[in-house]
Amino acid sequence: MSQSRSALYLRLEPFLLPVLNLGLALLVSGLIIFSIGENPLKALQVIFQGSFGSGEGLGYTLFYSTNYIFTGLAVAVAYHAGLFNIGCEGQAYVGGLGVSFVGLYLGGLPAWCVIILGILAGALFGAAWAYVPAWLQARKGSHIVITTIMFNFIGSALMTWLLVVVLIKPGQQAPESREFSNHAFLPSLKGLFSYAGINLGQSPLNLALLISLTAAVAIWFLLWRTRFGYQLRVAGTSPAAARYAGISPENFMLKAMLLSGALAGCLGLNELMGSQHRLTLDFPAGAGFIGIAVALMGRNNPIGICFSALLFGALVQGGGELAFEMPHISHALVIVIQGLVILFCGALDQLLKKPLRRIFTTTV
Amino acid sequence: MTLSYYTVIILLLAGTIRVATPLILSALAGLFSERSGVVALGLEGMMLGAAFGSAAASAIYGSAWLGLLVGVSVSVLIAAVLSFACVFKKGNQVVAAIALNITISGLAPTLALAWFNQGNQTPGLTNSAQRFLEITLPWAKVSRTHPFPGLIYSELISGHSVIVYLAALLVPLSAFILYKTRFGLRVRAVGENPHALDSAGISVNKIRTQAVLISGVLSGVAGTYLATAAGAGFIPDMTAGKGYLALAALIFGNWKPYRALGACLLFAFTDTVATRLQGVPLPLIGIIPVQFIIALPYLMTVILLAGFVARPEPPKAIGVPYEKEN
Amino acid sequence: MEIESHALELRGVQKRFGSVYANKSVDLTVLKGSIHGIVGENGAGKSTLMHGITGFHPIDSGEILVRGKPVNFKSTEDSIACGIGMVHQHFMLVESLSVLENVILGSEGGIFLNEGLHKARLGILALVKAYGLEVPLDSKVSKLGVCIQQRVEILKALYRGADILILDEPTAVLTPIEVEELFKLLRNLRSQGKTVLLVTHKLKEIMAVTDRVTVMKQGVVVLNVATVDTSAAQLAESMVGRPILLDIKRTAASRGELLLRAQALKVFDLSGVARLNGVSLDLFAGEIVGIAGVSGNGQSELLEVLAGLVKPNEGSLLCKAALVDDWVDITNATNGPRSRHNLGIAHIPEDRLKLGVVPSMRAEDNVRLGYEDKAGGDHFLTDPKQITRECLNLMDQWDVRPAEPMLSLDSFSGGNQQKIVLGREINSEPRILLVGQPTRGVDIGAIEVIHKRLMALRDKGVAILLVSVELDEILSLSDRILVMTSGVFTGEVSSSKASENGLGLMMAGIADKGGIR
Repeated sequence: MSQSRSALYLRLEPFLLPVLNLGLALLVSGLIIFSIGENPLKALQVIFQGSFGSGEGLGYTLFYSTNYIFTGLAVAVAYHAGLFNIGCEGQAYVGGLGVSFVGLYLGGLPAWCVIILGILAGALFGAAWAYVPAWLQARKGSHIVITTIMFNFIGSALMTWLLVVVLIKPGQQAPESREFSNHAFLPSLKGLFSYAGINLGQSPLNLALLISLTAAVAIWFLLWRTRFGYQLRVAGTSPAAARYAGISPENFMLKAMLLSGALAGCLGLNELMGSQHRLTLDFPAGAGFIGIAVALMGRNNPIGICFSALLFGALVQGGGELAFEMPHISHALVIVIQGLVILFCGALDQLLKKPLRRIFTTTV
Repeated sequence: MTLSYYTVIILLLAGTIRVATPLILSALAGLFSERSGVVALGLEGMMLGAAFGSAAASAIYGSAWLGLLVGVSVSVLIAAVLSFACVFKKGNQVVAAIALNITISGLAPTLALAWFNQGNQTPGLTNSAQRFLEITLPWAKVSRTHPFPGLIYSELISGHSVIVYLAALLVPLSAFILYKTRFGLRVRAVGENPHALDSAGISVNKIRTQAVLISGVLSGVAGTYLATAAGAGFIPDMTAGKGYLALAALIFGNWKPYRALGACLLFAFTDTVATRLQGVPLPLIGIIPVQFIIALPYLMTVILLAGFVARPEPPKAIGVPYEKEN
Repeated sequence: MEIESHALELRGVQKRFGSVYANKSVDLTVLKGSIHGIVGENGAGKSTLMHGITGFHPIDSGEILVRGKPVNFKSTEDSIACGIGMVHQHFMLVESLSVLENVILGSEGGIFLNEGLHKARLGILALVKAYGLEVPLDSKVSKLGVCIQQRVEILKALYRGADILILDEPTAVLTPIEVEELFKLLRNLRSQGKTVLLVTHKLKEIMAVTDRVTVMKQGVVVLNVATVDTSAAQLAESMVGRPILLDIKRTAASRGELLLRAQALKVFDLSGVARLNGVSLDLFAGEIVGIAGVSGNGQSELLEVLAGLVKPNEGSLLCKAALVDDWVDITNATNGPRSRHNLGIAHIPEDRLKLGVVPSMRAEDNVRLGYEDKAGGDHFLTDPKQITRECLNLMDQWDVRPAEPMLSLDSFSGGNQQKIVLGREINSEPRILLVGQPTRGVDIGAIEVIHKRLMALRDKGVAILLVSVELDEILSLSDRILVMTSGVFTGEVSSSKASENGLGLMMAGIADKGGIR
């Protein structure tokens, strides 16, 4: 009897724990809202209304989700190889440079060609930015967490310099490049959604959503349906067993980080080719860090990541509405919720796991 | 009127001291945490929390000293959460620190808006009692007229906030605590081989928690400096990566107090020079992009970490939650 | 009065980890001013008992009396205060600190170090004088050799006022000359009234230095005698001797062609100590060669070199490859383990959980570990149905229960895990099979299956190298037995002539029965 109960619990645990941890994070967030003197339930309703209540809101929600699918996948791929990639922010930023080069200088080519080149360039630049820390970890043992953080700052300085000095549109004050050629504008999904009777309004939702979903499926397939993915997971889970089996953990460390950086680098497709149509200062706007929360919440599974990216997309979009509806609540509240999700899903995951296991699986 | 090279250098050095102060305090905070085996990625969040706490308290109560007290308390509270997650719950130290940094970077502006309703920041600290203003030491004004050594006295030694002098004191004090006291010995031991400490009958969790809390105190002072001495109030993201830069300095200083001080001064000097040299062409080199100089400390740290220059010697047990072996 | 002469007494001490008893109703009496030996195989419960005595892992039940007084140690702090000091097998030293700092760690004598350091220096100099324990006080520990580091550990204990000193496997890291030095020191300590507990699995040392000896096996005390009243042979028997679990019907081996030749293999560890010191070995088709020896004498390194996990520092390794049926030099093969598979060499590692499997992954994912380029559809894309099918096949062949390929490996019992590993390696149809501790942590039913399969494999003409600490396993399976001590083969016997006692003596380095030397 208790045997079957514990087996049932262990089967449900992967779904139950993230939900409970999310609940804890939301509970603490609710307390904060309450202490500010606002009604947490009302706030939740506003967030929901703002993110899913209208076609335009939905469009923005999905637009943000697209960013987080890319960076969440990037964090997850590195995680499966046993690495913690905090450098997605920098990789996404530098990847945007690759996207911009295509948008600025190769815009004369046919649109489909420009888009494919944009994907390749974004991935290539992002991967290149991830390669150096990965190489240092694999060959020199320099801790990848520290080096990727350093590379975030170096990347940011590099991009600022390029924008301020090199790529800036002549005769302009704001550090932005000139507009991309219109062949490099990713098509909007307004038409597609209008078939379903949804009016996306002004939202910039574009083809990148479909690219990111394709990437999620591809990564899932790669991790669980290919020899490469299998070897990568073995190398990340147990380097000793990998060596025994003739799989070089260092090798897969490098490959996983290249893939991770490439995924992060695709952020520019959505933000730059899809929405802003030019290279702007600090366009990743923290999406690289949100990717950590998305991956942890989605338990590093591409399908789970799509759902948690949707959640975070909704939080960011709805949080904007919240700041508008409740002038006492800052835009930044969304960041608090993100941080708390990382805290409870990532660092305090033992908090509920151990007691729950004790309750459900004791067989004395 | 053009300034003489001598005057320029003195002014650059004085600027260096001001920029270096929060870095030094933060690096010392990191020193205790990292030497005890707890990754010090939480410096940024602790400093930001303290900046907000001190600015808010100072704005409300009109006292910089009360601001310091509240700032330090906030920072210690964050440190307590960190040590609960990392030391007692054996959570991933990197994830916990990043989580807290993100939480604080959102919470501070959220509370600022809710409490003061002036955007995402605290009201400006305009009253002189609300800030740690620069102190002019006796005869500093008189000595100014004599370039040497008068200028050194009036610009370098005099004319800083009390926290700057505090930071200057805290470096030797920290070194003393680390190398000359029982607590320091235990901190150094627990970061290298916690089993040694456990087998000697001393609680690993206790020492690590104490070290992280001290890290909270020092970060609190650093954050207070940013909001009430260097600045005049809290603005969002005002730490701007200084916590990570301090960690870089600590690594650059090979986890030793005086070397970390040197690294902080070096980083601060490049920063000051960069600001000063903006747009000024140098002989042979031309204009150095300011962004290059901003990136320089991080670049140097990466090169150092790669072991190209010298072998870095991080505490051996860093980042590993301690669990008794069977 | 009687009880006054007991330095330490244990009554009915028990300790459990999960559902496994590491110590079961242990009684033990240690006389004051004596050297008391505790022997037993790995996993016999010696270290757990010592951790119980020091309070590092407090005991579950039973009584501990120190100098006749009952004590209740909750942590090492308590036992140190009671005059018990322990020198761990893995030194509890902080390498970046000086000797002096290490000695005072935990008993610094005040908030500030200076005073404590000064006092400690005087105290240690006194100890150095009394016992002749010369150490450089101001050097960093990392700069010292292991022998000196051990002295620091002993000093540490003595400085804290220990008069009961526990040494856990102190000679494992020492050269013979250093061992002699250590014994001299121990006798010196005894003559000054200190009590020494010596935990080891080396019988020679027990005979050389102890006054009394206690033998432990599977968590219980099986023998407790004065050293003069016993012999190494008796100790060996009670330590390793156990009824042979099964009677395998042996057929005479029909030795086939030579398949593997190792010549003068040498492997040095990081500190430059030779772990393999010139090992030569021929392996023929259709025979099982057993490697006997007390663990830690180079058997693991031999397996690792043959399996391609470690490249030998010296010597050569030739193998008759399965595909081309010709000799290949594999001494410095790149990607050793993978290339071994292609040559027809399979390896069942000693440490199953660390090397042989990925515990958190599914059973079906463990079934293709190392063979993923052959199993599960040998393309880049894998076929999940085929993977499951292959796993189910193996589970059926080897009677793995529960037969659920999706279950994570750590939810299987040790025996079923091992069957999965064996099944995986044997299904690759190797010509040479390297086997380490095939039945460690495996229940009796599974042991029988595993032994029968290995014999069947031999009869099919596979060359098998078997490393095991279980002497009866070696005896009942091997056609030829090589005894290994300190990284070299010190004896060879054919199975028909070998006996457990004889082997035990050879392992202890007391006797050798001819063969290669």
